[in-house]
Amino acid sequence: MRKKSYRLDEKGLDALIAHLREQGYQVYGPKVEDAALHWRPITGCADLPRGWTQELAPGRARLEPDNSAALFHHWTCAEGLKAVLHLPLVRIMAARRDNGWFRILDNPPPAARCAFVGVRPCDLAALAVLDRVLLGDRYADDIYRARRQGAFLIAIHCQRSAPTCFCASMGSGPRARSGFDIALSEFAEGDAPEYFAEAGSPAGMDLLEACGAAPAPPDWSRAVEEGCARAAAAQTRRLDAHAAPQLIDALFDSPHWDHVAKRCLACGNCTSVCPTCFCVNYEDRTSIDGREAERWRLWDSCFTQSFTYIHGGSVRSSVKARYRHWLSHKLGRWQAQFGTPGCTGCGRCIVWCPVGIDITEEFRQLQLSAAAAASFATKD
Amino acid sequence: MSSNGTRPRIAVFKFASCDGCQLSLLDAEDELLAVAEAVEIAYFPEASRRMAKGPYDIALVEGSITTHHDAEAIQRIRRQAKTLVTIGACATAGGIQALRNWHDTAEWVRLVYAKPDFISTLKTSTPIAEHVPVDLELRGCPINKHQLIELISATLAGRKPNIPTYSLCLECKRRGNTCIMVAGGVPCLGPATQAGCGAICPSMNRGCYGCFGPMENSNAHSLASQFRVLGCARDEVERAFRSYNGWAWPFRRVFEEVPRS
Repeated sequence: MRKKSYRLDEKGLDALIAHLREQGYQVYGPKVEDAALHWRPITGCADLPRGWTQELAPGRARLEPDNSAALFHHWTCAEGLKAVLHLPLVRIMAARRDNGWFRILDNPPPAARCAFVGVRPCDLAALAVLDRVLLGDRYADDIYRARRQGAFLIAIHCQRSAPTCFCASMGSGPRARSGFDIALSEFAEGDAPEYFAEAGSPAGMDLLEACGAAPAPPDWSRAVEEGCARAAAAQTRRLDAHAAPQLIDALFDSPHWDHVAKRCLACGNCTSVCPTCFCVNYEDRTSIDGREAERWRLWDSCFTQSFTYIHGGSVRSSVKARYRHWLSHKLGRWQAQFGTPGCTGCGRCIVWCPVGIDITEEFRQLQLSAAAAASFATKD
Repeated sequence: MSSNGTRPRIAVFKFASCDGCQLSLLDAEDELLAVAEAVEIAYFPEASRRMAKGPYDIALVEGSITTHHDAEAIQRIRRQAKTLVTIGACATAGGIQALRNWHDTAEWVRLVYAKPDFISTLKTSTPIAEHVPVDLELRGCPINKHQLIELISATLAGRKPNIPTYSLCLECKRRGNTCIMVAGGVPCLGPATQAGCGAICPSMNRGCYGCFGPMENSNAHSLASQFRVLGCARDEVERAFRSYNGWAWPFRRVFEEVPRS
């Protein structure tokens, strides 16, 4: 595909959204609701969080007023795209008993053509991870596929980093490289923001052409690269995921897990906000008269007791075992299982943990304890 | 239970409580007729004059044990019940009246009643499970009527009821709520509290009151420490944990250094 880039102003972006809506897409964007940003249906730029930025820290998220005309002076929504594409609660079967017959009722998957405006590079990377997990094997997830396949993705490169971001060390940002239909960069120095728009797919290019977008000035591309490089350099958190697979097995008995378990609430907020945590549970529901039955699928978490319940009890009965499992899988074993780490460096688990447990800090401590153990062994 | 064609016999008993939990059954207006058809309501003084003798297939027990009479009655009820289900914070944790457990009950009786001589009471308010084995707990102050209906439906279908014991946060997040603790600095008991209410309070921008009591592996101590970080005074933290489910050990132990007896 020809690589082509365009220049858009806010009207152009509005036209893009309007075109998508005319094509039957439900367009989602970051929207202010209940003192946070959430993926919600939008109808135009007016719904985007102009005048807001975020203050993000371990266990703390605030919306802060921002004296700028920018629409994207924020970072991540409270949840990943999985909230829309890998639904938290979905009915997967319905049946009725009638005159001795047991009928399976029609239960179409909740398909929808979803378009997203303002997808951060870490969340694009998370979609690639979810695609591998849910669609990459012989048995694929039809419900996810029905929503994911038709999804139209308008990304936004990050030219600033939040204190909780560590995508640079995970190789998933701050600049999106692939997986989008259109990628935007925002220039908001003046009163009216302007956008550098790169087409990432034929559909993206068609849409930009249809909206009459002008070609981008030649120096914009370099300005974006520089902005993203600055954002990467500004990140203070980092995580060495390449070291994780070897480290994880060696650290099974590390005393540091006890240290985390003292703070960990096992509440499952981290897995709920993680854009790649995909685990679900199933629930059967029946009516009192016994005529109707339904099976529902709902987000689960490896932090629950029931997650590892087998005959006789739970395999991971302690909070320590659950945190160890989560971190070990997310950073280490995921790589053996699916080829990449399960973490994209979005920082949500750090922000939305009620007690502010920081995965990068826990991993660093684990690395230190491993190094200390190694040096102790050498001295012997 | 219904496999032999007979309807399961249900009985509802009350100890020290406000009646709110058993009212949840009458409050289930859409399902009430179906329930009455599917089960035999054998003993439910709040709803019917009919008081059929046991044994019962399911005994729903509301309220906490606060008198000698209670302590004896619950033994008789247990003998009459194939399955004993406690309903509500009083029955599962001792209720708000368990606040007396930290104080001198006799002194309170003298302060409150004009003729204290008429009052015969135990020093403590204790959950049913401290007296007899309990098969299942429905938590809450009051219980969630959908959980009660789920218990009955599951029993009739011969399946395990879907009564989660994990944190309220999972339910709250599935609803797509903003976490009010992280985004608003509001002390919320959700991360230490059992799910099941549908995250009512956080959905209305209020911190969870913990009326469903401690979740499995509840780490109330860590949550209490975080409340202090959010700026709560020590007595505020103590009041947050010492309410409807204050006597439940995972909440109680935050402020008690003594090991569990």
